[in-house]
Amino acid sequence: MQRLHRLRFFCQVVRFHLPAQSGVHLSPPLTTHVLTVPQEESPQVHYSARLARQDAVFHRLSQLFALLVLGMLTAIVVSLAIGAAPAFHKFGLGFITSTEWNPVSEQFGGFVPIFGTLVTSAVALLLAIPLSFGVALFLTELCPVSMRTPLGIMVELLAAVPSIIYGMWGLFVLAPFFADHVQPVLQSTFGNVPGMSALFAGPPMGIGILTAGIILAFMVLPFIAAVMRDVFQIVPSILKESAYAMGCTTWEVVWHVVLPYTKAGVVGGIMLGLGRALGETMAVTFVIGNSYDLSLSLFSPGNSIASSLANEFAEAHSDLHASALIALGLLLFVITLSVLAVAKLLLLRVARREGTRT
Amino acid sequence: MRKTFAGISLCLAALLCATGAHAVDLTGAGATFPYPIYAKWADAYKTQTGVGLNYQSIGSGGGIKQIKAGTVDFGASDMPLTSQELDQDGLFQFPAIIGGVVPVVNVEGVSPGQLKLTGVVLADIYLGKIKTWNDPALTALNPDVKLPATAITVVRRADGSGTTFLFTDYLSMVSTDWKSRVGTGTSVSWPSGVGGKGNEGVAAYVQRIKGAVGYVEYAYAQKNKMAHASMKNQAGQWVSPGQEGFAAAAANARWDKAPGFYELLTDQPGAKSWPITGASFILLHRAAADPAKTLAVLTFFDWAFKNGKPMAVELDYVPLPENVTKLIASAWRAQIKTQNGQAIWK
Repeated sequence: MQRLHRLRFFCQVVRFHLPAQSGVHLSPPLTTHVLTVPQEESPQVHYSARLARQDAVFHRLSQLFALLVLGMLTAIVVSLAIGAAPAFHKFGLGFITSTEWNPVSEQFGGFVPIFGTLVTSAVALLLAIPLSFGVALFLTELCPVSMRTPLGIMVELLAAVPSIIYGMWGLFVLAPFFADHVQPVLQSTFGNVPGMSALFAGPPMGIGILTAGIILAFMVLPFIAAVMRDVFQIVPSILKESAYAMGCTTWEVVWHVVLPYTKAGVVGGIMLGLGRALGETMAVTFVIGNSYDLSLSLFSPGNSIASSLANEFAEAHSDLHASALIALGLLLFVITLSVLAVAKLLLLRVARREGTRT
Repeated sequence: MRKTFAGISLCLAALLCATGAHAVDLTGAGATFPYPIYAKWADAYKTQTGVGLNYQSIGSGGGIKQIKAGTVDFGASDMPLTSQELDQDGLFQFPAIIGGVVPVVNVEGVSPGQLKLTGVVLADIYLGKIKTWNDPALTALNPDVKLPATAITVVRRADGSGTTFLFTDYLSMVSTDWKSRVGTGTSVSWPSGVGGKGNEGVAAYVQRIKGAVGYVEYAYAQKNKMAHASMKNQAGQWVSPGQEGFAAAAANARWDKAPGFYELLTDQPGAKSWPITGASFILLHRAAADPAKTLAVLTFFDWAFKNGKPMAVELDYVPLPENVTKLIASAWRAQIKTQNGQAIWK
């Protein structure tokens, strides 16, 4: 059956590629061509045959690559699930809510790393989104044209810095600076505000969740800024200029015209940044303090999933310890997937609403 | 197309030929505790014989895991394995070097060796019971040092570590509270504190956080010029870490009576003994999968025992005395064999 289809495809291609001057008759019923191999030995037929073969090869090759990626993803999920099974079997879903991490008594609970991952990513996004918005806005609306390219390149260079350099810079430069100048100021400012004082309690060590969040903010800023700048640039100038003509200020144009138009792209950029922040390992492990104590304070050391995996996986010589770490990896995978899914749903809902509005 | 393909295959062939040219390199992984001395020995050995040694300091837990998995030629661990554990995996262990773990502090105005700590007070600090530097327990021990009111930041290891094993072993011996609440191990459930990766990580954190206290191997404290504390040993004397203190503690070891060379040197008697001394061990398989590699490893350590003494002393480690190295060599002869049962070390 497949050979039939291939022959049909081949004959169709031959039919469409034969130049008109050759005088070959194209008979309507295709079935008569199926059982006969084209008799002409002209170079055009060879050439077209080769093209058809190349096309088929290209089709199959790209199909193979796509399936390979899908296969790898499935393989990763399956191996994570198999590796995590002993931990979930022993602790059940309590693994996600338990805060105890004791390798000696083999009691493992993943709440502290999960909490640390979510909090550092939240801090990173809280700082990175306004900054990237400002950068993108400046680069597209306010910057003199001569400076646009160099500034844009500099922002993109931030993404080229290896993450371990961020970690070292954070530990050697940022942490002492924070401990001496920033954290005491924050503590004295917010220490007396009810409700906020718990966020800034504890000795100003310089390292901790806040520092990790700030370094992550620097790491995701170029990604979000680059995407925002690109989508801001494709806003049709007729929309912006009409708004300007009506007397809108630059801010009003951006807030009421540009942003609503580029909502999907902006959210996509933010999700890209969030994905990077959730999985970042080396930069975080240098400055987060690697502690399994749960604390609300941003100054306290904490732990993130990627950081605890990096620290403990090489030496987890008990099977349950290794399984608990793989379970953490699986949970990180689930968190990232659900964040992406929520973003996609949000965008779908926004698109649907926009469709019904017009 | 054909020309580029030929060119690429030629380059690949050249690369493959080039990599096969030099002598076999040994690989080892494990404790960060002896890393400075192993690196120094490896460097000198390479200059002399051309055989390189690639040692990855990933922590004692990692070293044990890697040698069990067979991915390295030898593993290194500060935590000795018991005879049962050795028999279970068919491993052979021998001590290579002796060193000490010292508490280091970063307190304003405190110079190296000035601060005095006892085991109980150190345990209380690590349990979180003593929270500031001017706590009465600390000022009582140090009447002539001006201790500030800074909060104590406890720094410990984030990864599995033999240094942690030695430290927690000592604390368990001197503090019943520590023993019941935390215990001993390469990786424990710390009551508080910030975790650094490796001895290097702990040293980095202690140097950068004001009011921090941590524990590192003595070579790291020396290299980074950190302020170590002096401690009270079992004999009631205040001792400072160093060659003398470690050697005095090591003199108590009875290696010939220890099966599998399992000896812990923490809290040893002796007027000059440093309380947190320990030996670092090398792990090998008893039935060698690659006899040539195993022989190369044993040759390296034999060379280190004979020629590495001055280098070890320079870094304030204690090299093993001659009688112990003879004991080790006879154990090699007796226990490390090829798959057919032939002894590898002659």
